[in-house]
Amino acid sequence: MKGAQILIECLKKENVEVIFGYPGGQVLPLFDCLYDAGIRFILTRHEQAAAHAADGFARASGKVGLCIATSGPGATNLTTGLATAFMDSIPVVAITGQVKSHLIGNDAFQEADVTGITRSITKHNYLVKDIKELARTVREAFYIASTGRPGPVLIDVPSDIQAADAEFIWPANVEIRGYNPTYIAHRGQIKKAAKLIQKAKKPVLYVGGGVVISGASAEILQLAETLQIPVTTTLLGLGAFPSEHSLSLGMLGMHGTAYANHAIMDSDLIIAVGARFDDRVTGRVDTFAPNAKVIHIDIDPTSISKNIHVHVPIVADAKDALAQLFDVVKAPDTKDWLKKIDSWKKKYPLSYKKDAAKLKPQYIIEEIYQVTNGEAIITTEVGQNQMWAAQWYKYSKPRTFLSSGGLGTMGYGFPAAIGAKIARPEKTVFDIAGDGSIQMNIQELATAVENKIPVKVAILNNCYLGMVRQWQELFYNKRYSYTKLCNPDFVKLAESYGAVGIKVTKKEEVRPALEKAVNTDKVVFLDFHIEEEENVFPMVPAGQAINQMLDGGLA
Amino acid sequence: MKHTISVLVENKPGVLARISGLFSARGFNIDSLAVGQTHDLTVSCMTIIVNAEDERILEQIKKQLNKLIDVISVIDLTKKEFIERELLLIKLGLDQKDRKHLESLVEKFKAHSLFYKEKIAIIEISSQKDKIDEFLRELTKFKILELVRTGRIAMDKHGGKDA
Repeated sequence: MKGAQILIECLKKENVEVIFGYPGGQVLPLFDCLYDAGIRFILTRHEQAAAHAADGFARASGKVGLCIATSGPGATNLTTGLATAFMDSIPVVAITGQVKSHLIGNDAFQEADVTGITRSITKHNYLVKDIKELARTVREAFYIASTGRPGPVLIDVPSDIQAADAEFIWPANVEIRGYNPTYIAHRGQIKKAAKLIQKAKKPVLYVGGGVVISGASAEILQLAETLQIPVTTTLLGLGAFPSEHSLSLGMLGMHGTAYANHAIMDSDLIIAVGARFDDRVTGRVDTFAPNAKVIHIDIDPTSISKNIHVHVPIVADAKDALAQLFDVVKAPDTKDWLKKIDSWKKKYPLSYKKDAAKLKPQYIIEEIYQVTNGEAIITTEVGQNQMWAAQWYKYSKPRTFLSSGGLGTMGYGFPAAIGAKIARPEKTVFDIAGDGSIQMNIQELATAVENKIPVKVAILNNCYLGMVRQWQELFYNKRYSYTKLCNPDFVKLAESYGAVGIKVTKKEEVRPALEKAVNTDKVVFLDFHIEEEENVFPMVPAGQAINQMLDGGLA
Repeated sequence: MKHTISVLVENKPGVLARISGLFSARGFNIDSLAVGQTHDLTVSCMTIIVNAEDERILEQIKKQLNKLIDVISVIDLTKKEFIERELLLIKLGLDQKDRKHLESLVEKFKAHSLFYKEKIAIIEISSQKDKIDEFLRELTKFKILELVRTGRIAMDKHGGKDA
């Protein structure tokens, strides 16, 4: 069997349903096999979009996403997508073509040292030099990508290996002596944690993307309700705990709710689950939650005590640790604490000026929530659109909010929406975008239209790179240095690709436009002309304590 | 604070780059690094001397190393009884009258003369770092033409590492 055929057989063994990719010279043997392999292939219009689409597919489904690109520029175009998946722990396998083995290192046409380039943005990578290693490598790649703390794995396959002959032997199991993730929590640590929880007066559950990955939402809900402990989530934790639950504090951090930030800062115990105390969450580290003891459950030991000192580390899968904890823990008395939190909730609600003449982005997102009954999958780009989408749509289920959290990749949302819609075709999928970021992968209109993947894109169009402009307004004396955008007519642009374009400038047009969008089976671009200098509040200025929030005069 | 860490890794291409890349990307400081095969040909041993400001950074270094798929085990020898050695080769320029003094130093420090020719001598010493440093201080009297050190290798006095 040829190497390319072996690759296809491996993908079938791994139950790959869909591949996102782009052909080129050094993957010709592989594409020749894909021609009639019977695996769905989505031709994106840029390799970066292929990686993001695979990532969106993975986040929406919980399965491994797969993307393919050729050597050199094809592979380097994937890198932004791989780095995005790496920062957010998303299982993606990337297969890249490489120049023929004997040419490697000779600066051959379209050659790049792809394993070298991607070493620090993948969980692991491989250069296959021997066809006998090919099947085992693919097996290992999928295993590494999807286990422990998941992440992207790249396999670089020279074109002569794709064309070489070997017997196809699928390894029965995977054994990697240097890789043994810890899933089961240490009983002693669980007991220590339970003791701390029992004694706590002001505990907070701080929930991150790890809970989504682990599928531990039910365990979080059970623990929070039984112990009466309030829950705040990170950006990637949105959906892990129902936003509208009375114990929910919403998101914390730089653009988190004031009550989440006050609760964390005032707490005497933080129970961190699948979160990593990112700087957007902690603000100034030496002022963070000064009176709190910290319990940290995470499958990745390097996340523990990296930024914040942890008193009770628990290296485990969140689901197992939470279940074990539930068995032994006794509820603390949190009545006074919950009262205090309620007073913060009343005093500092999320808000925006509703009587404004111009269209407000927050209103649009509230309307998207209403029109989709809160059941849509929301993807975002990066910037103000992302923060408004995080604040104003209410997420109640995991894997319904897909956003580039760690890397903050503009151009993520649209291709990710395409991947998500393929994973969950029954769902309405909205990309909440800005006029800047949507243009970073706007060519994917062709992909969505051609493959009849009816995603909806809500462009919050303020003719600015809004978040950078906001910082320039607040911290750089309104010197709007290269943040004003001259945009195309998004309606005409969408139409030229065969999608539906709708321009919206007034509040009363929002609902009908959204209804039209969700009731068509076409790809839709909604061009919302919003208040140009609207800001995201609350906001913690960089390097400040997270209870030092700017509220924009709203509170 | 310096720590001697012994890292067993898969003997595969690219592993050294993964380790050195990890240190540079995360801003950890390497004082010395020595790599070589072990009795198991699929396993290499790296002895890394790291300079960690505090315990937290040292912990991160060890955890990050362990996280690499190709790393089999990470042992912090600093907390154990261990033996440490480094090999040094030095080429000296000297006059005939210096020779006797050099020979006495070689004997005193249990070094070896590997090569003598007219005004050149090459000396080898294998020892602990401070001993080598002391030896070097003595040798500054001569003209040093070339100097090369291997970086330190180390071994736990007790127990065997199960490679």
